[in-house]
Amino acid sequence: MNAAARKKMHADRLLLNVVGYLLVGLVALACLIPLIVVISGSLTSETHILEDGFRFWPKAFDTSAYAFALKEPATLLRSYGLTISLTAVGTLAGLFISAMAAYVLQRQDFHWRSGFAFYFYFTTLFGGGLVPWYILMVNYLHLKNTYGALLLPPMLSVFYILILRTFMRSIPEAITESAKIDGAGDFTVFVRLILPLSKPGLATIGLFTALNYWNDWFNSLLFIESSSEKLYTLQYLLYRSLGNLEGVRRIMEVTGLNVGPLPGENLKMALAIIATGPIVLLYPFVQRYFVQGLTIGAVKG
Amino acid sequence: MKRGIISRLAANKTLLLMIAPAAAYFFLFSYIPMAGVILAFKQFNYKLGIFDSPWVGFDNFRFFFMTGDAWRVTLNTFGYNASFIIVNNVLEIVIAILLAELGSKWFRKLAQTTLLLPYFLSWVVVGAIAYNLFNYEHGLINTMLASVGLDRLDIYTTPEYWKYILVAVSAWKAVGYGAVFYMAAIMNVDKESYDAAEIDGANLFQRIYHITLPAIRPTVTILVLLAIGGIFRGDFGLFYQLVGGNGLLYQATDVIDTYAYRSLMIDNEIGMSAAIGFYQSVLCFVTILAANYLVRRTDKSNALF
Repeated sequence: MNAAARKKMHADRLLLNVVGYLLVGLVALACLIPLIVVISGSLTSETHILEDGFRFWPKAFDTSAYAFALKEPATLLRSYGLTISLTAVGTLAGLFISAMAAYVLQRQDFHWRSGFAFYFYFTTLFGGGLVPWYILMVNYLHLKNTYGALLLPPMLSVFYILILRTFMRSIPEAITESAKIDGAGDFTVFVRLILPLSKPGLATIGLFTALNYWNDWFNSLLFIESSSEKLYTLQYLLYRSLGNLEGVRRIMEVTGLNVGPLPGENLKMALAIIATGPIVLLYPFVQRYFVQGLTIGAVKG
Repeated sequence: MKRGIISRLAANKTLLLMIAPAAAYFFLFSYIPMAGVILAFKQFNYKLGIFDSPWVGFDNFRFFFMTGDAWRVTLNTFGYNASFIIVNNVLEIVIAILLAELGSKWFRKLAQTTLLLPYFLSWVVVGAIAYNLFNYEHGLINTMLASVGLDRLDIYTTPEYWKYILVAVSAWKAVGYGAVFYMAAIMNVDKESYDAAEIDGANLFQRIYHITLPAIRPTVTILVLLAIGGIFRGDFGLFYQLVGGNGLLYQATDVIDTYAYRSLMIDNEIGMSAAIGFYQSVLCFVTILAANYLVRRTDKSNALF
C-alpha cells in the first residue's frame, strides 16, 4: 500500500467517525431527552409548572406529585397488582401454549404439520376486523368488565409461535429420538428436554409477551367501563388521568385541604413514571435477550 | 402402507393434544370473527345477535363511501405508512451501518441501549410525553419559544404540524428496534471480504456501498415487504394516544383504524364499522399477496410464502 492510499484511508475513516458519532449520538439523545423531560416534570411543583411550563431540569426539586399519588396508595397498588398478575399469568400461560404448538409444528413426523402451519399463518393474512371480534368478546363470551378480557387477547401471537418453531428447529432431532427409544412419551420429551434447551428462545418470546401485557391499554379501552375501577391496569389508569384528572383524583380518594394548587400536570408526569418504572429498571438486564432473540431468524418464521 | 385416519389420530394423539390449545385459541379469536364479516352486510341489533340481525346489502359500505371519509382515511393510512416505511428504514439502515463501523465498544453499547428505550414505552406514556412537549400553556417547546420571545405554537389545533410529528414519533419509537435486524445482518457479513476490499484499495464508503449494502438486501426486502403488507393498517396506538378525540386534527390524522374505532365505540355505527373493517382486511390481503408476488418474481428466497 502506498502512502497516498494510506492517507485516503485515514480521511474516509475520520469522516465516517465524525458523521457516525455525531448522528448516532444525536438520535440517541433524542431518544433519551423526552423521558428526562417527563421525569423533570414529575419532580416540579404544580405552581412552577403553571408559571414556567415544563423544563429540561426542575428549577427546584419537589416531590409533592409522588407524595400525592402515594398518600392513598390503594388505587395505585391495586393497579400494580392487577398489571403484575395479568403479566405473570398471561405470559406463563402464553409461553407454555405457544411452546407446545411450536414443538409440534417442527416435528417432522407430525402428519398434519403443514396443514396446521397454514392454519396459523393464514390468520396473519386475513382477519375479520375489530367489530366481529368485539361482538364475540362482549355479546357471546360476556367478557366485558372481566379479568378475562384483559388476559386473553395478548396471550398468543402466531409470529411468536413461528419464531419459537424456528428456534426449536436448531435442537438436534437425535435428542428426541434417543429419548423416545428409551420409552419417553412426546409430552415428557417436550417438558424434560425441549423446554430446557429452548430457554433463550422462551426468554425472548416471554419478554415480548410480558411487555405486551404491561403496556396494554387497548383492551381496557374496549372492554373496561369507567365504573369498573377495580379492573384499571396501570396504563389505563395513566390514560384516564391524562384525559380526566379530576376523575382519577376522585378515585384516588384524596380529600382534605392542600396548600397551593393540587398536583395536576406534575401528577400526570409522575403517574407516567410510576407506570413505566419497572420496565426502565428491568430493561438494561433483559435487553440482551431481546436483541439475541430478534436475531435468531426472527423475521422469517 | 397406507394407514387409516383412526390409527393416524391415535399415533399422533399426544402431539394433537399439545397443539390443540393454540389451535382452539385461534379458532375462537381469529376464525370465528372471520365468519363475523357478514356483519358488514347487516344492521346489527344486540338483541337479535349476529345471525338474526336483518341483512342490508351494501348499505353500510355505501354510507362509508358516500361521506367521502373512506377516501380520506384510506389515503391518510397509506400516506402515513409509506412515510413511516421510508423514513424508518432509511434511518435504521444508516444507524446500523454507522454503529457497525464505529470503533468504540462502550459507545456502541450505550447508543443501542438508548435507541431501544422508546420501544419499551407504552403508547399511553408516549402520549404523556407528547403532551409534555406540545401543550400550549406548559409544553416544553412553547416554554422554550416563549423564553426567547417567540410566539407560542398552537400545536394541538393545527393539523399541519401533525403530519411531521407523527412521522417523527413513529421513527423515534421504532428505529432502535428496526436497526437491530440490520445490525444482525451486517454482523453476518464475512470479515474476509472487507479485508480483501481494503487490500484492493477500496475506501470505507466503497466498501459499504459494494459489500455491506448488498449483504443487507435480503433483510431490507423482507422487512419492507412485511411493512408493505400492513400499509393499510394504521398503528392505532400511535394515532389514538397522540391525537385521541381531538376532532380539530382528524382531517390530517384520521386513519382507517381510528375511524373504525370511533364508529364502533363512540357513534355506535356497528354495521358501518364492520364494513370498514372488512374493507380494510380485503385491502391488506390483496396488498400482501401483490407484494409477495412481486418479490417472488425477482428473488424467490426472499418471499414470505
